[in-house]
Amino acid sequence: MSASMSRVDDQPLLVVSDLQVEFRTSDGVAKVLNGVSYHVDAGETMAVLGESGSGKSVTAQTIMGILDTPPAHVTGGSVRFHGEDLLTVSPERRREVRGSGIAMIFQDALSALNPVFTIGFQIAEQLRLRQGMTRREARRRTIELLDLVRIPHAARRVDEYPHEFSGGMRQRAMIAMSLALDPEVLIADEPTTALDVTVQAQIMDLLKEIQDERQMGLILITHDLGVVAEVADRIAVMYAGRIVEEADARSLYRRPAHPYTEALLDSIPRLDLKGQQLRTIRGTPPSLLNVPPGCPFHPRCPRAAEPCRTTLPTRVALGVGRASACHFAEEVVSRG
Amino acid sequence: MGRYVLRRLLQFIPVFLGTTFLIYTMVWAVPGDPFAGKCGERPCPDAFVTVMTERFNLNDPLLVQYVKYLGQLLQGNFGETFSGVPVGQLIVDAYPTTVKLAVVALVIEAVIGISAGLLTGLRGRGFLDNLVLVSTLFLIAIPTFVTGYVLQILLGLRWGIIDPTVSSEAAWGELLVPGFVLGSLSMAYVARLTRTSIAENLRADYVRTAVAKGLPPRRVVGIHLLRNSVIPVITFMGTDLGALMGGAIVTEGVFNIRGIGGLLFRSILTKEGVTVTGVVTLLVIVYLLMNLLVDVLYAVLDPRIRYD
Repeated sequence: MSASMSRVDDQPLLVVSDLQVEFRTSDGVAKVLNGVSYHVDAGETMAVLGESGSGKSVTAQTIMGILDTPPAHVTGGSVRFHGEDLLTVSPERRREVRGSGIAMIFQDALSALNPVFTIGFQIAEQLRLRQGMTRREARRRTIELLDLVRIPHAARRVDEYPHEFSGGMRQRAMIAMSLALDPEVLIADEPTTALDVTVQAQIMDLLKEIQDERQMGLILITHDLGVVAEVADRIAVMYAGRIVEEADARSLYRRPAHPYTEALLDSIPRLDLKGQQLRTIRGTPPSLLNVPPGCPFHPRCPRAAEPCRTTLPTRVALGVGRASACHFAEEVVSRG
Repeated sequence: MGRYVLRRLLQFIPVFLGTTFLIYTMVWAVPGDPFAGKCGERPCPDAFVTVMTERFNLNDPLLVQYVKYLGQLLQGNFGETFSGVPVGQLIVDAYPTTVKLAVVALVIEAVIGISAGLLTGLRGRGFLDNLVLVSTLFLIAIPTFVTGYVLQILLGLRWGIIDPTVSSEAAWGELLVPGFVLGSLSMAYVARLTRTSIAENLRADYVRTAVAKGLPPRRVVGIHLLRNSVIPVITFMGTDLGALMGGAIVTEGVFNIRGIGGLLFRSILTKEGVTVTGVVTLLVIVYLLMNLLVDVLYAVLDPRIRYD
């Protein structure tokens, strides 16, 4: 395959570097991504953590090439898959990569699935169109996929419509759909947010299991620190269109290197602090039309000092695979 | 679904009885001599009036008249005009032409309306969008008889592209321009409805999913987007077909088409009560059937709709 031929050996599977995206609206230009970089390798889980509006979904949509343009415009950076920059290839090549190279599952499976076609139709159409299977072959393979994600009575449910599935089953069907073309990288955009807690755990277990089996790279986008802790190998924390901290999961939880990460971890309800006031992060994320000067987090930061108000902090490397965009990164990390 | 259809069909019975009774009453209970002017300048001879009164049961109380009429109707007998022509025959002669005209109008409406709506809905603001918006507004604003006469004069008389009137065979080709005139108003609505529907669904999550699956753009639009967007459009067109089947008095009049609309119009003018009652009864049934068809179609198009 051409994809594997162009592989640069010492490069990770998917590398996003210095991604710049802006939304041009009638209210002005919002810089939604300001130089986002991360990478994921085969068999690895990269979690992207952040509040709503931090740019984590936009990054994923840029990788997939499914941004709504207008208003979104990619103004810089690259998305290298096997070394090939997806932002500069032809639309046909881009389309080839979708589904078979990089696939995506969405937060709300009910709206992400087409309401007027059966689950089976929506999975089988990829197999028929992309892999040239006959209807019968595609149907058999679809039932296998539904079995794989443990949907009971797959042979019967293949002919049902999305609204006839429960929330958890719909998300399983969505996962089956994303696996149809054997992708090397799977992007899961808040895959469990719309589900109740017990189902959340089942879906995460399923994702993890499938990823291990297939050695897929998994980009897990979430705002749920609990979900991340169990499955992520590495974590990137996003704030106002930037990655403010990147670290392996263990180090990040033990010794966060950015005040924002610190605050996020503090805001998790803990049993040993039962009865005490839950700590929150004061203020709200900044409007991207009007980002504060200096460090965008400084109005909410308990450590904010003079340089934070004027100078945008650069990424400081803190040992292997760790980085933080804070003027006081060393102090924050050594505190823990 | 089967039970729903059955229930709806049963509902036809009271509606059928109600409408036929209302129409019968309105046609026959109005004051005035039904035979006035039937015999030229002079009043009708007594012998004629006696025969006619007997034939149409005019001496019976209205309710008895109605029941006798209904009895005949249920046996498939629509009755006769005053001059003895079977009304059933008149309907059989006129209705195929009306159905043909309705089909032509509906096809034009669907093809041009949906295409224009699809193009403008996909492209968004621009020259084409404005062109369609303005021209549909124009069509909506102009009465049918104006469109009809203008096209007849321009295409038929000035440029000689078509025959100004439709022959009694009413061939499909002859019905193109009248069909366009008849369908133009709904065509404008279909274009606007499709445009809005496409524009709304274009940003839907499932369209994004279809793109993310790596499907070709043609399939994303032609299957995933269009299939969802045409649901309200097809519902509208179904209702419209019901109306078109009721005949088009103005369009048929302008192009001299021998359809059901003209038949009804002439019968009202000449006080042919039997014909009016028969034709209107038929139209009511057709309209009810069309509405039922629309409801069933809606459930077929959108699997989330269930009637049982």
